[in-house]
Amino acid sequence: MTYPVRSAQRTGARVLQLLHDTGHAMFMLLEATWFVQFAFGKRSRHETVTQLFVTGVKSLAVITVVALFTGMILALQTGLELQRWGQEEFIGSAVAVSIIREMGPFMTALIIAASVGSAIAAQLGTMTVSEEIAALEVMSINPNRFLVMPRLVALAVMMPILTVYTNILGIMGGAVVGATQLGVSFSAYMDNATQFATNKDLFVGLFKAFVFGIIITTVSCHQGFMTTEGAVGVGKATRRSVVISFLIILIVGYMITRLFYI
Amino acid sequence: MIKFDHVTKRLGRKTVLDDVNFEVGEGETFVIVGLSGAGKSVTLKHMIRLMSPDSGTITIDGEAITDLGRRDLSRVREKFGVLFQSAALLQWMNVRDNVALPLREHTKAAEEEIIERVTAKLALLGLDDAWDKFPSDISGGMRKRVGLARAVIMEPKIVLYDEPTSGLDPVTSRRIDDLIVNTREQLGITSVVVTHDLHSALAVGSRIMMLHQGRIVENAPPEDFIRSKNETVQSFLESQYITKKGKWEEFRHE
Repeated sequence: MTYPVRSAQRTGARVLQLLHDTGHAMFMLLEATWFVQFAFGKRSRHETVTQLFVTGVKSLAVITVVALFTGMILALQTGLELQRWGQEEFIGSAVAVSIIREMGPFMTALIIAASVGSAIAAQLGTMTVSEEIAALEVMSINPNRFLVMPRLVALAVMMPILTVYTNILGIMGGAVVGATQLGVSFSAYMDNATQFATNKDLFVGLFKAFVFGIIITTVSCHQGFMTTEGAVGVGKATRRSVVISFLIILIVGYMITRLFYI
Repeated sequence: MIKFDHVTKRLGRKTVLDDVNFEVGEGETFVIVGLSGAGKSVTLKHMIRLMSPDSGTITIDGEAITDLGRRDLSRVREKFGVLFQSAALLQWMNVRDNVALPLREHTKAAEEEIIERVTAKLALLGLDDAWDKFPSDISGGMRKRVGLARAVIMEPKIVLYDEPTSGLDPVTSRRIDDLIVNTREQLGITSVVVTHDLHSALAVGSRIMMLHQGRIVENAPPEDFIRSKNETVQSFLESQYITKKGKWEEFRHE
């Protein structure tokens, strides 16, 4: 067999595998979405609440630090440039609009993908290689209801809430830098911020956060379920879940921005 | 009860099951033995359709399961309890919650009744004191017993055991053998045991089938299996210091 034929065969096989994996992930998402109606039913309530707690409360510390410093860096970099032109009073709007539209949901998604998403992939991956998923199937317990749905609910609910938290802290971080480094008072900073940041910016940002939550759940759970090769495979699945989530978040983030702002 | 009819399965380029035909009758303890990679666990996974054959038919209680939809498959799987090689207990649940899981998922029983049934089952398997422990806190032998308790809690018609004695010391292995025998006698269920431990196979089996490179090389009651003229079987018996001059009854535990 000639090299071009082998190469074409390999490419074809990879494309087919990609389509198969995408189909599997979509089916898993659709089925988990159908089961959302039972999220607080007797059988799933405990797991749903646990996942809400893990996603929301346990990520707060890292989100606090990242959001605060993102706002401060943004204010300092933009403020110094604006100060050269005597326009530092616009620092409020620059920071608020950047954070609410883009940085808030984006930073939150990256943190959650790296912390919660990787943990989901590692847990489900370990369950897959240690036959726990097979055991659930044999017990006629649907893994998409038992495991995916509570995580889907948790991330879809918590991502917008955490994004609001990131937005507030980021804007406050900017205000601190404005007041201490650039001589912009808190009231002037907030006046400027509220003058330019619109409700549309907030809602588009929250919509992005919601979509990112679904992306992280789908990618992480799917990578977990596809795990093979024991402990090495779990490591690979965890890494892939973070990388793929990052890439899809970037691409989808751009598409949503384009959809609403052009 | 379980019937494999010309079942063939390939994984990649390797034929793992090659035109396999056999039948397991009601109440039997059917043991599948063979070397690693012979196709034993794959055979077991086909019975509960964790894997599907490339060709051939698998029938459970007269119903072909190869093309069943999800709901019908779920109904067929309710006939089975499975003890996995690693016990496959959910790590974040304690012993009691692991055993109670099928009851909570599939019955409308009150919590008090569930706890009562689980406690009784744990007591039967000598796990009274371990109910609040997590799988990571108990020994391999205990994990297998918890796995067995979970497998039989719904009172299935068939219990599948995947390498029940692997990774266990000889004393614990013989205790697990006794549990398999006792479970069958007390609950009157059909058992399928996959193992490479011939001592265990001879202790519990009413029939022993040996797979080699995906094909059946022997399928006989233990007294005939031990005297098989098949070279692969003889070599396998000798590798575990069992000779055809020996009496298979010696492997039965009192």
